[in-house]
Amino acid sequence: MAMDAMEQKLRPPEIPLKPYPPKVITLASGEKMVVREAKREEAGALLGTIYPLLGVPADFYDIVAARMYSEILGWFRYRVANEFVLVGTINGVIAGIVTSRHVTPKLGMSLHTMTIKRGLRVGAQLFAAKMEHHLDILGEEEVYIVAESPNGFKRWMIEYELEDRSSQFPEVRHELGGVPTYVLTRPLWEAVRDVKCTGTRPVLDADLKTSAKLIMPSEYPQIPGFKR
Amino acid sequence: MAKVGVVGIGHTKFGNLSEFDLGDIMAYAATDALEDAGFLEKRKEIDQVIVGNMASGLFCHQSAVASSVISKMDMEPVPAELVENGPASGASAIKIGYMAVASGMADIVLVIAGEVMRKVTGWTGTEYVATMLHPQAEYDMGLTLPGFGGMFTRMYMEKYGLTERDLALLAVKNHANGAKNKYAHIQAECTIEAIADGPEANVVNTYVAEPLRMYSTCPVSDGAAALLLVNMDSPKAKLFSKKPIRIAGIASATDTHCVHNRKDPLKLDAVRIAGEKAYAMAGLTPKDISFAELHDAFSILELAISEEVGFFERGKSFLAVRKGETEIDGRLPINTSGGLKSKGHPVGATGVSQAVELVRQLRGEAEEGRQVRDPKYGMAVNFGGFGNNVVAMIFAKE
Repeated sequence: MAMDAMEQKLRPPEIPLKPYPPKVITLASGEKMVVREAKREEAGALLGTIYPLLGVPADFYDIVAARMYSEILGWFRYRVANEFVLVGTINGVIAGIVTSRHVTPKLGMSLHTMTIKRGLRVGAQLFAAKMEHHLDILGEEEVYIVAESPNGFKRWMIEYELEDRSSQFPEVRHELGGVPTYVLTRPLWEAVRDVKCTGTRPVLDADLKTSAKLIMPSEYPQIPGFKR
Repeated sequence: MAKVGVVGIGHTKFGNLSEFDLGDIMAYAATDALEDAGFLEKRKEIDQVIVGNMASGLFCHQSAVASSVISKMDMEPVPAELVENGPASGASAIKIGYMAVASGMADIVLVIAGEVMRKVTGWTGTEYVATMLHPQAEYDMGLTLPGFGGMFTRMYMEKYGLTERDLALLAVKNHANGAKNKYAHIQAECTIEAIADGPEANVVNTYVAEPLRMYSTCPVSDGAAALLLVNMDSPKAKLFSKKPIRIAGIASATDTHCVHNRKDPLKLDAVRIAGEKAYAMAGLTPKDISFAELHDAFSILELAISEEVGFFERGKSFLAVRKGETEIDGRLPINTSGGLKSKGHPVGATGVSQAVELVRQLRGEAEEGRQVRDPKYGMAVNFGGFGNNVVAMIFAKE
């Protein structure tokens, strides 16, 4: 009981979030990627997927892996408030993961985007799904976004034409350190939604079943010769 | 003129090699070619090295790459010079190497070409490539090569009825070939449903320079390729382990630097003239060609070039694509390597990479599933600028 009481003190207050309805996207390869919300009990598979990338400096995989590892661990152990994790799977195999946080009814905090399977715009699709969750489902008005790699900067800041609020620091600041804060506002989202965000709902049971049990990738394009 | 043959080919995998030095990847490809020819230990007997590269000064902040490669390969004092002709630098290097051998000035020439483009972002890379446009009339106006590709595609669509789906069919074909090519940057197939017909296609296959989409545009790639040329009439031709593949025709032509100075921007005169000269030199016609590698930096160029070199009537090539005539088992397979779209396009390396593919096919060494059946003649067109400096090559199995 003493432990439980302490644990309660350690946990942040949480707002029940609307669930993210799953969707399916046919990637250029013809493979179907199911995008759905991850469950806490799936944290092991998510962490196991990220772990090998901690040692990959190319394209800043190491820093994104390290931060996402802590974000998912924090979510699993109830140390981050109102976090959600979306996962993209192809035949059950994890192709990418995104993490994010609902801060207030009007504000979202985008955390990280991790692409495992490359060359099919998996990361771009998952980032768009994350923004869809923030703005269309949770009903927020703005999402704070930072980039920790040139790929991220190109994909989000430039392609979405995000609003640069870095001059308003420290009043406007993303939670991930002091890197410049950019913002996806509702008008910006509405301008790009149709060309950035896609997917079919509802997902057929047969497709959803493929994603029921998360499978850690057996190979990584980022780590030639990897063996689990 | 002496007969000139290719006795060795080398190639790196194309893709993101930005952690490597340009000279190192060129040396890798050259070593591969020399090993293929069984001539690595005798490399100092080579008479001349010609290096093709477009923009190492911009992309890598490095000049004099010919000297760098020679030193990395321990080949001093073999003479080495650099050839630059935009994205046709590779084929121009082959042409200069060919001229050296055919003229009798050299018996054995090593041609190496390479580019490392991914040390900078794709946006910066696109800007660097745009420096080959007319400085005042085009570059300063903000034009880029994808911009030209988009405008050219739009004009072609309006004149001949090409659709975006036709461009997607080219991507499906070329990715099917590239998926089987061990050197290709993008070794992945794509489906017509996913990139054109399906409900998510508009996002999955997003616009790059409307009406060109991502799957109608080549990736930004790093890589290198090499050829060893020999005078087939010389006793030295017997020194090599592989039977030569003869360069039957090689020619280049130029067109106006400013595209707007052309009477009809849809006509690529330099391609047509280079092709005609190469056919004349080889004593062949378009009907003799078994397969071709055409410079599809943008998918529309595969169509336009295939018409200019006489494979199809003007404005009709996409109808042949619809019928599958340019697939690997079709009447005239085009871009058996995956083309620039799937194999990749390290600009300065592309012409030599195309030549390597001609040799692999003519030797019967292409991977299962993308080997053309019993080819006799292969043609390649390497396209410089926006069609202002073009090289055509025809290789023959002897």
